[in-house]
Amino acid sequence: MHLVLVGVGLVILTGFVALFLRNAKHCMRFSVLGVLAGSVCFMSAAVPVLTRGQQLSLQLPWQVPYGSFYVVLDGLSALFLVCIALVCAVAAIYSVGYMSEHGNRRLGMMAFAFNMLVAGMVMVVLARNSMLFLVAWEIMSLASYFLVTFHHEEKSVRQAGWIYLIATHIGTAFLLAFFMLLAKVTGTPNFEKGDISGTCSSILFVLALIGFGTKAGIMPLHVWLPEAHPAAPSHVSAVMSGVMIKMGIYGIARTLAILPSFELWWACLLIALGAGSGILGVLLALAQHDLKRLLAYHSVENIGIILMGLGIGVLGTVMHAPAIAVAGFAGGLLHVVNHAVFKGLLFLGAGAVVRAAKTHEIDRLGGLQKQMPVTAAAFLIGAVAICGLPPLNGFVSEFLIYSASFKAGFLGSGAALVSGLIIVAALAMIGALAAACFTKVFGIVFLGEPRSKHAEGLSEPPASMCAGEIALAACCIIIGLASPVFVRAIGNPVLHMNVLDPDAIQKQLAPLAANLLYVVITVLFFLACIAAFMIIRNRLFSRIQRAAKSRPDQAPMIGQAPTWDCGYMAPTARMQYTGSSFAQPILDLFQTVLQSRSKKVKIADLFPREADFHSHTPDLSSDFFYQPLFRWTSWFISKMRWLQYGVVQLYVLYIMLTLIILLLWKVR
Amino acid sequence: MWTDIIMVLLTLTNMVALGTSRIRACIRIVAFQGVSLGLLPLLTHPFAPDLLIFAILNTLLKGVVFPVILVRTLRQLNVWKEEDPYVDYGLSLLAGPFVLALSWWISSRLPLPAAISSSMLIPVALFTLFVGFFLIVSRKKALFQVLGYLVLENGIYAFGVAVAFQQPLLIELGILLDVFVGVFVMGIAMFHISRQFDHIDTDRLSSLRS
Amino acid sequence: MINLKEIFQPLAAMLLAPLLFGIINRVKAFFAGRRGQPLLQSYYDLWKLLNKGAVYSTTTSWVFRASPVVCLAAVVIVACIIPLGARNVISFSGDFVLAVYLLGLMRFFMVIAALDTGSSFEGMGASREVQFSMLAEPALFIGLAVLARLTSSLSLAQAFSSVTPQVWASHCATLLLVAAAFVIILLAENARIPVDDPNTHLELTMIHEVMVLDNSGPDFAFIMYAAAIKLWLFSVLLVRVLLPVGSMPGWASVLVSITAVLLIAVLVGIVESCMARLRLIKVPHLLFSAAALAILALVFAFRD
Repeated sequence: MHLVLVGVGLVILTGFVALFLRNAKHCMRFSVLGVLAGSVCFMSAAVPVLTRGQQLSLQLPWQVPYGSFYVVLDGLSALFLVCIALVCAVAAIYSVGYMSEHGNRRLGMMAFAFNMLVAGMVMVVLARNSMLFLVAWEIMSLASYFLVTFHHEEKSVRQAGWIYLIATHIGTAFLLAFFMLLAKVTGTPNFEKGDISGTCSSILFVLALIGFGTKAGIMPLHVWLPEAHPAAPSHVSAVMSGVMIKMGIYGIARTLAILPSFELWWACLLIALGAGSGILGVLLALAQHDLKRLLAYHSVENIGIILMGLGIGVLGTVMHAPAIAVAGFAGGLLHVVNHAVFKGLLFLGAGAVVRAAKTHEIDRLGGLQKQMPVTAAAFLIGAVAICGLPPLNGFVSEFLIYSASFKAGFLGSGAALVSGLIIVAALAMIGALAAACFTKVFGIVFLGEPRSKHAEGLSEPPASMCAGEIALAACCIIIGLASPVFVRAIGNPVLHMNVLDPDAIQKQLAPLAANLLYVVITVLFFLACIAAFMIIRNRLFSRIQRAAKSRPDQAPMIGQAPTWDCGYMAPTARMQYTGSSFAQPILDLFQTVLQSRSKKVKIADLFPREADFHSHTPDLSSDFFYQPLFRWTSWFISKMRWLQYGVVQLYVLYIMLTLIILLLWKVR
Repeated sequence: MWTDIIMVLLTLTNMVALGTSRIRACIRIVAFQGVSLGLLPLLTHPFAPDLLIFAILNTLLKGVVFPVILVRTLRQLNVWKEEDPYVDYGLSLLAGPFVLALSWWISSRLPLPAAISSSMLIPVALFTLFVGFFLIVSRKKALFQVLGYLVLENGIYAFGVAVAFQQPLLIELGILLDVFVGVFVMGIAMFHISRQFDHIDTDRLSSLRS
Repeated sequence: MINLKEIFQPLAAMLLAPLLFGIINRVKAFFAGRRGQPLLQSYYDLWKLLNKGAVYSTTTSWVFRASPVVCLAAVVIVACIIPLGARNVISFSGDFVLAVYLLGLMRFFMVIAALDTGSSFEGMGASREVQFSMLAEPALFIGLAVLARLTSSLSLAQAFSSVTPQVWASHCATLLLVAAAFVIILLAENARIPVDDPNTHLELTMIHEVMVLDNSGPDFAFIMYAAAIKLWLFSVLLVRVLLPVGSMPGWASVLVSITAVLLIAVLVGIVESCMARLRLIKVPHLLFSAAALAILALVFAFRD
């Protein structure tokens, strides 16, 4: 336990020092070293907890009303701590190269905020006291606000920052209510499994779902995600999308761990929200033209998958079907780790692209594969992983959720069958849509020919950035190929979600791990097959080439030519298919849901001069949910203006009146 | 077994009716539905002469008379396709299974006489009923609404076959319901017809009344 | 579970799959009143392509070169999972999820290889491919979920061997509906009429063929071969739903299945001869109906 706190201390200390260092280069290096050292501490504390299932705790008095410095590192915390340590360390290494072009003094501020964000997230997963938790939560939110507004000279970034700040505090408001109610019913400000009645549990669950869900980016509450992620520097986006939004999931999981019993409708709600977030998230992602915005919507999708996993887990618990519960929770929690890894990787890759090409527009890029081969390969691995395709890590967690939902169909209860069906259909559809989306991204950005000047003459990013990308790509492969080990390790976090004892959980996990072992063996077969066919192909080619050398006039040969464009001999790079046209048929199919709008110039003359086409897909929840809400709020607040005259004496009078009323109420 | 197969056929014909935009195809499929339903009482009940007459009459009416009249009207009106319904065909198709699931759930809660020959009979009858309503509500063309009414009637008939032959009172009620719904829905249909075809002569419209 | 005794099942798929194309072509020729190609024509084609040279577009990268190999490897592994007889080489609980996702991986690589050429035609094909697969995949999964629910097992081998004549008698409605959904999925996933016309190499109205316009030589042979095996696999899936061969002794069931798979090719040929290709905007409608059929089957399956 002390190890973790030392790590937190290191991170904060180096952050403070970096804030006051003059030399930009030194301050980056210093803070990164701090994060790396901290991550080593976190890892070395969390991994034993995760594998051996012990629990570390520390309680110190704290001079804050209701507060105590009560920190515990159990399986669930350790799982999230591992994600934090891994992604933050990689992002920190990456940031050295990424920020190297920003030689200005704000880097100290940035390094400080980044370290505070890391420290805040670590404290969030450790805290077991409401006060401590909220303080950590606020530090995390504010630090990430300063990171989002790093480029605050741009208006759009300031706008994004405001949206983020407001959204996150709406969430915090619900969390305040949640913690107050929790403290009232359990009688202690610490998180303990109390004797909570059914109605109370339900209210607590809904409050937590809204409060934490805002941070996690569940569908109607996700509006800040697509604004904040593109605005932030890429390594910050990687941390925010990979880990910080998972703090919302951590909150929901911790709430489930505290509440004594679950209700069936929670499961249905989680699954419905998950399926909705998943499908709409990926559809909106498909509609985006901005690379980082697209990735941000994919976070919404993956949060949906995680929620479906948790939902089917709750369902299994309610129905007393431990096999389903364990598979569902394990799938959901493993997807937290997986998403942290591959989404971190994708944001790092996107950062490398954006840094080199100076544009976020997918349709302006192209042909980057030849110029940045390492980034392209790493991005491809991330793309395959996020689509949930074998042999990488995304498949493992989706496989677990699939098996839980198929088994839910065997239970013989209508609700379970429908839930299972919804998850299966939604996951299949999300998988195919994600494949559509990432073939679009990878195919348009990295393959083909450069579509504009932006995408020409680029080169591979600095070594530190490549190192970050390679490290996360390696994690994708390792988790994919060593999945049985990871599934066994996930047993300890699952323990907290459930009434089952550790042995029973391991007993339920054993067949899952065995199945995943078969998956791994099959996948190894598959890789062997690829290798074998590669060899055959090369043999064939070398034979053909040998033949071509001996008889150059008649034998077949391996040649190169421009792309065969159905007879058209002068294709240019601008004639290539664009990402927008690639996605258009699917978007048309879902027009009723997405409400995409397009604007085009009608071509009238025989020799048209100039024509352009724009398409835009609005975010429904911000258009139909948040904007009316804010309009209504501002209307209400403008009605309250009579209270405000700008006279200091009046305000003091208000304060005095409040004081008197409170006193009277207390002495009554 | 045979009842089950007829029920599956009924379900599938309903799905086709939901998914097709061609009116003539829909007429044929509804006729086919009527014929297969006409055979149903012979399978579910012990043989009796009046039953046979009833079945023959029903089959003739639904399998021959209605389609002939409708196809003739179709020719006169020269309307072959419904281009844009209120609810898109793909969506209607996907709605089908959910409506079936709903009717299954409803039928599991209905207090019904125990001696029903197949567990599928009631839900599928309800499903047919709902599909009829759905067609009437979601399509613009008047002929589709007549077809929807026929599907609705088929549903009521199937329901009647399932429960009514054992209870005389229910027969009366069923017929009453049948006639009532018939008149009611035809009223709606005529309203839509007048709106849809307000440029068509009344004598042409009157040929729809049959 | 891995049992190498059953290695003849993937071998049968690998040896006999190109025959399906031959049968389909012969049936179409018969309906058109021609004699048609020899039955073994696709084998000759493959052999010819393997010995030919190749031309690569200067735009392409390693993705384009790797994709045919990945595709072929994926279908070969799936051929080890989908059982012809009692059990295949690879069989475990949840194996069909892996099988479908391996096919998804294959599609992923096909699509990015098509985008790698930078040709707008291939981009168009790729776009359609992902659109239709987005609809076909949920339908396939729901169909498989019905099978799993009906037989209470999560491995294909166990599920299919539980489809006995008794099960057929009591659940014929469900199984028929699943089979109907699978027929549509088979036609869509393998780019046959009415979804795609495999004969029109140079028209704008196609999906699969347009994605491989730039492939040539051994690479194209790999792709054609992979397509043949994929058709074989989907036919096996359909046959095992339709025929309760699970209760027969091992060899007999395999022989019956193989015969039935060849008959499915005849059926595909008949469909292709009698139907026209649908307009592209109508294809989603067809796939919706596949999904609807699968959900209907699930509703029926839940009844019993």
